[in-house]
Amino acid sequence: MLGSTPSQTVGPFFAFGLPYEGGERLVEPGDPDAVRIEGTVFDGAGDPLDDALIEIWQANRLGRYRHPEDDRDDLPLEDGFIGFGRCPTDAQGRFSFVTVKPGAVAPEAPHINVIVLARGLLRHLFTRIYFPDEADANAADPLLSSLDDEALRATLIARPRDGVLRFDIHLQGERQTAFLDV
Amino acid sequence: MTGVAGYRRDEPGTHPAYDTPEYGSTRLRAPDRPLIVLPHSLSEITGPVYGHERMGPLDDDLTRQHEGEPLGERIIVTGRVLDGDGRPVRNALVEIWQCNAAGRYVHQVDQHPAPLDPNFSGAGRCLTDDDGRYRFITIKPGAYPWGNHENAWRPAHIHFSLFGTAFATRLVSQMYFPGDPLFEYDPIFQSVRDPRARERMIARFDLPTTEPEWALGYQWDIVLRGREATPMEP
Repeated sequence: MLGSTPSQTVGPFFAFGLPYEGGERLVEPGDPDAVRIEGTVFDGAGDPLDDALIEIWQANRLGRYRHPEDDRDDLPLEDGFIGFGRCPTDAQGRFSFVTVKPGAVAPEAPHINVIVLARGLLRHLFTRIYFPDEADANAADPLLSSLDDEALRATLIARPRDGVLRFDIHLQGERQTAFLDV
Repeated sequence: MTGVAGYRRDEPGTHPAYDTPEYGSTRLRAPDRPLIVLPHSLSEITGPVYGHERMGPLDDDLTRQHEGEPLGERIIVTGRVLDGDGRPVRNALVEIWQCNAAGRYVHQVDQHPAPLDPNFSGAGRCLTDDDGRYRFITIKPGAYPWGNHENAWRPAHIHFSLFGTAFATRLVSQMYFPGDPLFEYDPIFQSVRDPRARERMIARFDLPTTEPEWALGYQWDIVLRGREATPMEP
């Protein structure tokens, strides 16, 4: 077995290397199922990060991942839907994505997989975005139901506000987001 | 869903701790609550698989993206992307970015008083071939000062970003150059506590890769997490 190459921080200067045009748009804004997910990334002092990068990966609206290891051919792939998004935070620490709610992959509730990269993070962080209108599925989800701390569990569920879904990310402190050891 | 074969956990000491006080930016950004161990499901063993649609013909040659040639020492950086069992990771996206030969990034936040080079942006991408091999032509990046502590300088490095085959194998790292005198003073390089793991971030000068009268060659293999042998029970 070979030892893995170590992780190093993405640093403060990735903006000309990693973001790309349309990276935050997984579907067209006119898609009848389009949802906008917005959030801000905060540090332990409550200050926003203007040098973070958020990546998301998700199944399509039927719950199928575009990947060779998801061979459930009864759930068709959608033309043009990859399921990956990438968005740098702006000067106010904000990111946003336009996407669709993925279908459930039982026994897990519908969710979007998230990676957080930033200056000061020597390894990226994993978390998940779950949906507020999926109370029954969320209650049966293996990850969510394993969390006894209600406030910690709540950090994984987006909140509806003014027609968008809010998902703020707190890297540290009492309000810290639930991060995952993947 | 039936059980899936997840990815193995890396040996302790392979990756830096989030909380690394010598690197000041970790102080308010390192999580202070324990991470929640997540058994791998389809969400983690899948990930973005790229086609060729985003590749431009000059994406892997950072010396030909402008009208003129950039200043600095032209180099070839190549290597294989392997999984933890030594198998090539094929058709994998490799993205890089770096500063110029004077140690300056094309980024408005970089205030290092070194010249920008109008012929160098410093970003590239390519896909690995059937042997897992990537190859870039670029110029050797310079060292540069940063504000972490008094007289702090980053050793020359190229940033690398990879997904491999799954969301779980995502890796962002930095490739360093052999024999750099700044290694021992750099808290980011030293954040990897296992010295054998640190060595794996250093490229190797390679004469056969070097092209006569044209460019020095460096080899750097990248190893992503290996796979569990047997599917886990759901």
